[in-house]
Amino acid sequence: MRSTMAGHDPREAEFLGQEDFVQLVTPAGERIPSPGFDPWVADVTDEQLADLYEDLSVVRRIDTEATALQRQGELGLWPPLLGQEAAQIGSARALRSDDFVFTSYRENAVAYCRGVKITDLLRVWRGTSHGGWNPYDVGMAVPAVVIGAQTLHATGYALGCAKDGVDSVAVAYFGDGATSQGDVNEAMVFAATFKAPVVFFCQNNQWAISEPVTLQAQAHISERAPGFGIPSLRVDGNDVLAVMAATRVALDRARNGDGPTFIEAVTYRMGPHTTSDDPTRYRDRDELEEWAAKDPISRLGALLDSKGLLTDELTARVTARADEVARELRAGCLALTAPEPLTLFDNVYATPHRGLDRQRSQYAAYLAMFDGGAE
Amino acid sequence: MSVTTSQLTLAKAITSGLRHALADDNRVLLMGEDIGALGGVFRVTDGLQKEFGADRVMDMPLAESAIIGTAIGLAFCGFRPVVEIQFDGFIYPGFDQIVAQLAKLRYRTGGAVSMPITIRVPYGGGIGAVEHHSESPEAYFAHTAGLRVVTCSTPQEAHVLIRQAIACDDPVLFFEPKRRYWTKGEVTEEIADAIPLQSARVVRDGTDVTLVTYGPLVATALDAAAAAASDGVSIEVIDLRSLAPIDFPTVEASVRKTGRLVVSHEAQLSGGLGAEIAAGVTERCFNWLEAAPARVTGFDVPYPPGSLEEHFLPGLDRMLDAVDRVLGHPNSLTGWTE
Ligand SMILES: Cc1ncc(C[n+]2csc(CCOP(=O)(O)OP(=O)(O)O)c2C)c(N)n1
Repeated sequence: MRSTMAGHDPREAEFLGQEDFVQLVTPAGERIPSPGFDPWVADVTDEQLADLYEDLSVVRRIDTEATALQRQGELGLWPPLLGQEAAQIGSARALRSDDFVFTSYRENAVAYCRGVKITDLLRVWRGTSHGGWNPYDVGMAVPAVVIGAQTLHATGYALGCAKDGVDSVAVAYFGDGATSQGDVNEAMVFAATFKAPVVFFCQNNQWAISEPVTLQAQAHISERAPGFGIPSLRVDGNDVLAVMAATRVALDRARNGDGPTFIEAVTYRMGPHTTSDDPTRYRDRDELEEWAAKDPISRLGALLDSKGLLTDELTARVTARADEVARELRAGCLALTAPEPLTLFDNVYATPHRGLDRQRSQYAAYLAMFDGGAE
Repeated sequence: MSVTTSQLTLAKAITSGLRHALADDNRVLLMGEDIGALGGVFRVTDGLQKEFGADRVMDMPLAESAIIGTAIGLAFCGFRPVVEIQFDGFIYPGFDQIVAQLAKLRYRTGGAVSMPITIRVPYGGGIGAVEHHSESPEAYFAHTAGLRVVTCSTPQEAHVLIRQAIACDDPVLFFEPKRRYWTKGEVTEEIADAIPLQSARVVRDGTDVTLVTYGPLVATALDAAAAAASDGVSIEVIDLRSLAPIDFPTVEASVRKTGRLVVSHEAQLSGGLGAEIAAGVTERCFNWLEAAPARVTGFDVPYPPGSLEEHFLPGLDRMLDAVDRVLGHPNSLTGWTE
C-alpha cells in the first residue's frame, strides 16, 4: 500500500482493495465493502445508480456519434473518452453547481454533467470556435489544449474562492502525461502553500499519445502529491462509485478548509488519442483486451443486474435517451456553420484597438471587392 | 556516400536529413514527444528509433521546458541535440529555456560553450487544425539575439537546411511548414553544403515587383506570380529561407531591379518579419523604391478557428491586391479611408 491519505486524514485509514487502489465495485460487478469509503456513497440510491448508468451510456454514445461524425468529415478531429466514462462521470456528478471545473480536451463527459449543451461540445472540433460556451453559465472553463496549463488556473480560482469566503471548490482535470509539465508541479506547490480548495483530478489513462505512463512516472502518480504536502488518493477509475466516493472525500476536505487533494483515477483510453492517431503503432491488443474486461459500463450494469435493477424498462429508457442525444448531436453538428468573416476581429480586446480596427476596416474593403465593388 | 536522387515529400526529405546527421555524427541525438515508436505526429522521425536505437532517438516525458533545458545540458556535455516540438503552439512552455538560456550561453561564457542545438518546429496554418496547432511564432525567436531562425519551402531545401542546421554550432530554430509536409520534390542528398544556411533564394525572376516570403507561402507566391504574369505583371519571388539573419543583399539586388516590394508571411502583422524586411529594404535602397513597401500577413488576432483561417491566411488574391497597391493599380484600398 503506497500513498494514501492515511496520516493526513483519519477518515481514510484502510480502504484499498487487493489492487492498490480504492475499489467499491469489482470488474464483475460485485459490490465490495470498504469501511473507509462506503459512508461517502451510502446515500446513493438505486435510482441514482440507474442514473449513473444512464450517464455512462449516454456519454459513450456521444463519443461514438462524434467519432462517426469525424469519420464522415463533419468534424476535423475528435478526442475520444471511450473507457474513461466512469472517471469523468463519477467525479463530475460529485460536484456542486457552484464548483468550477478546469479541464483539458478529453473531458466531454464532465462537460455533459456540467450542463454544457452537447452541440457546444462540437464547436471546437468543427472549427467554428475556440471555446464553445460561456464558462460562467456552466461552472466550467473552456478546454485547455496546452497540456497542464489549466491546473494553475484551477489553483488560482480556488484561491479566489477562499478569499471570497465561499466553500466552492475548483477541480483541475488532466492526464498522466500532464504530470510531467512544470505547470502541474507548480500548481501543486501553490495549492499546498496557500491551502487552496482545489482538487487535482488526474485521469491516468496509461498513455500520453504514444508514450506509456512509465515514461512520465516511475512510481504511482498519486505518490507525487504527498511530496508537495498534498494528500492523495488512488482510485479505480473504471469504478464510478469509487471515483465518486474519492471525489467527495476530496471536495469535503476542500470545503472544510483542509486544502488540496490529489486523485489519481486509474483508467484506460480504449480508443486512439484523437481520431488522427494510430495506436496500432505503439500498443498491443492484449492490453486492450485486458482493459475491456474492466469496462466501466458493463461493470455497473452487472451491479445493477445483481440487484435486480437492470430491467427491460431501464435498458429501454437508457437506449432511448442515448438515441435522442445522438440525434441531437448530429443535427446540431450539421447546423454549425462558419462564422461571418469579419468576426475574425471580434473579442481580441475588450477596449477599442486602433491597429486592429484599421485591419478590420481594410479587410472589409478587401472583401467588398468580391461583392462586385471596386475592381 | 553514393549520389542519391529521389522524389521525396518535404517531411521525408527532413527524415532523410536527420538520418544522415545521425549516421554522420554519433553525438547527434533526437529528442521529443512521441518521436520513437510513433515516428512523431507527422512521422518525420519515422523509423529512426528502430535504426539508431532509443539512446539516440529519445521519447521524452511531456515537458517542453525540460526537453529544451536538458538539451542545453547535453550540449554542455558535447552532444548535438535535435529537439522536436510537436506543434508550434507548444513551444511556449519551452520559451524561457530557449530565449533566456539557450540563446545566451555562448555570450555569457565568452565563447567557451557552444550550443549546437536544433529545435524543429512544425509551424503555420492551412490544415484546419484546432487551437495552438497553427501558429507562426518565428518573430519571437528572430527577435532574440543568439538564435538563428531558418525555414524551408521545398523538399530539397528542407533536406539540406536541416543538415546544415544540425551541423551549425549555434542554436537554430528550424521551422517546418506543416501544410507543405506532403509536397513532393526531387532531393539530391549529396549537396548538403550547397546551400549556405544564411542565404535567400530567388525562386522566380521578375522585373516589376519583388515579392519576399518564406516557408509555407512560397508556393502561394509562385501561384500569385503565375497569375500576375498572365496579366502582364512580372513578379520576382524571393524565398528568404533564413529569417535570422536575413539575406539582405539578395533582397536588395532584387528591389533595385524592380523598385517595388511586397512582403508576405502568415504570422501576425505587428512586430513581424515583414516590418523588419520593409525597414531593412527602405534603409538600404530608399532611392530605388517607386512605392511604399506593402505587407500581406495574418491579422493581429489570435490564430482563428479552422473555419475562418482562409480569411486569416494570406492567399494569392491578397498578395495580388498588394502587388496592385505597389504598382499604383486599383486595389482594395483605393479610396479607403481610416
Ligand atoms: C504543452 C503541450 N505539449 C504538447 C502537446 C501535444 N499533446 C497533446 S495531447 C498530448 C498527450 C497528453 O497526454 P495526457 O496528459 O496523458 O492526457 P490524455 O491525452 O491521455 O488524456 C500531447 C503530447 C500539448 N497539447 N501541449
